[in-house]
Amino acid sequence: MPIRKDSKDRYVEVELRRGEEPLWMRCGACGELVFRRRLRENNYICPRCGAYFFLTAQERIAALVDPDTFQDLTLPLESDDPLKFSDRKPYADRLREARESTGLSDAVMVGKGKIGDHEVILAVMDFRFIGGSMGVVVGEQLAHAMDVAVEARVPFVLVVASGGARVQEGVLSLLQMAKTVAARGRLARAGVPYIAVLTYPSTGGVMASIASLADVTLAEQGALIGFAGPRVIQQTTGEKLPPGFQRARYALEHGLVDGVVPREGLREELMQVLDVLAGVPHGG
Amino acid sequence: MADERTIRALEEKVAELRRLVEEEGVDLREELELLEARLQKLQREYYRSLSDWDRVRLARHPDRPRGLELVHRVCEAFYELRGDRQGGDDPALRGGLARFAGRPVGVLFHHRGSTSEEQRACRSGMALPCGYRKAVRIMRVAERLRLPLLTFIDTPGAYPGVRAEEENIAGAIAESIAVLLELSVPTVAVILGEGGSGGAIALAAADRVLMLENATYTVISPEGAAAILWKDAAAAPQAAQALALSAPRLKELGVADEVIPEPLGGAHVDPEGTAQAVREAVLRHLEELLQLPLDERLKLRYSRYRNAGNLGTKAKTK
Repeated sequence: MPIRKDSKDRYVEVELRRGEEPLWMRCGACGELVFRRRLRENNYICPRCGAYFFLTAQERIAALVDPDTFQDLTLPLESDDPLKFSDRKPYADRLREARESTGLSDAVMVGKGKIGDHEVILAVMDFRFIGGSMGVVVGEQLAHAMDVAVEARVPFVLVVASGGARVQEGVLSLLQMAKTVAARGRLARAGVPYIAVLTYPSTGGVMASIASLADVTLAEQGALIGFAGPRVIQQTTGEKLPPGFQRARYALEHGLVDGVVPREGLREELMQVLDVLAGVPHGG
Repeated sequence: MADERTIRALEEKVAELRRLVEEEGVDLREELELLEARLQKLQREYYRSLSDWDRVRLARHPDRPRGLELVHRVCEAFYELRGDRQGGDDPALRGGLARFAGRPVGVLFHHRGSTSEEQRACRSGMALPCGYRKAVRIMRVAERLRLPLLTFIDTPGAYPGVRAEEENIAGAIAESIAVLLELSVPTVAVILGEGGSGGAIALAAADRVLMLENATYTVISPEGAAAILWKDAAAAPQAAQALALSAPRLKELGVADEVIPEPLGGAHVDPEGTAQAVREAVLRHLEELLQLPLDERLKLRYSRYRNAGNLGTKAKTK
């Protein structure tokens, strides 16, 4: 991952972590070596420069959910490479490597937990797994999470960290947009609240489907939010991109999200929303 | 060996001979017949063994019938509705009310433009948020008036631009998919040319999805995939193959319900014949859908998309 700095949002992409967690981690923005426990206590924000480290799904869940309340409901599914796709590297190899380095079956974790004593169904995406991209398995897990929320009659919280649809599953990935939107239709008809938290990045096919259809949409400070990537826009149109383009604050200014929240305040913010919505869905 | 250049050269020769025979009365009838037979044989060989990349190029052929032209040929009458009622209109995504096989319907289609001026205005079929909002508006009109909805898709993708982002292109596409999935009226989508990613599925999440033989439907353009995954723009033909974007492959995968045959050489060779084939196929699917009770139709549509990719590409248990 390249290092990108946005002083206004004091958000920095940092090196993706793979495999075993080291004791010390180097900030990709300022180079500071931070003791890992200290970093965790600081919400994976660099204590020296304020850069946000990417969060794994497990870390995000731990940061949002009341201690010891999370129950993993991720379906035991793995992609079987439906198109037998291969570019410079077989997709099957990419999948295997991603599974090994993340300990996940695909780019999302689903579960039940409590946030400020409110029960929720959570789906948390993980950017480390092929860019958090949505193929058939991710689509299925997200739809499954919404189905569980309908049955349990508790709010659904989605934390997005995805570059978009998974290219290696072709049109089948594109169809996951319709799959997740169909599942969200059922959720909406059941009157179950849906809260989306957009993080870095929330773009492409995921943003053009499920991530855009929440009842309440929060953006983590510095999140990248949009449809087309900045490079595609520049190549196709030759337009100059305005400062802060597609970042959380920009999204707020253009009416795309309900609020921008610094990482350390996200749990509190979700609690506020859930407090206001206590008793919804009715009979839940 | 059948290749495009040989065929083009032969086509020109045949045309020249025919002119000589017909206009100047030169007695070359036998030679003409011979050449015509040879040309047809080559064409059959060539168009039967098209690679996916050949199909991409045919789908983008500059003479391929455009959305508006096809709607005029497929429908007996078309009355266009304009504007999203929120401040915008988009010539790249159009629609309105139409008469199809003697009945009133709603139609939506991408339009890439015929003249170069029109193409600029239409951004070659890349629609803006206001286009998708207009589409949603027309879907709701169709539902209110209980008109089946026909959509015709031909777009490289939604427009990637600063203003489109500021006006929430992602949300407009998501809303279009959501409304289309919940419409109470029957919906039939036909992919005419390019079915490019989010901009296409916004109109394609229908009860039935039909594809012209040389149309494509893909999550990303082969050039885009080549750049991202192969790091080499020249790998586009390989990417086209790998993406399984052709109508025959998508029929196998259950994504397309029917492949509508095109005339030899592509839709542009015989636009009227192509339109007739489209009309016949759409009518057949529409009549099937109209036979189904509402709740069954909606149940089938929901399960088609809720289970998309799960069958035949079964995600396996650990």
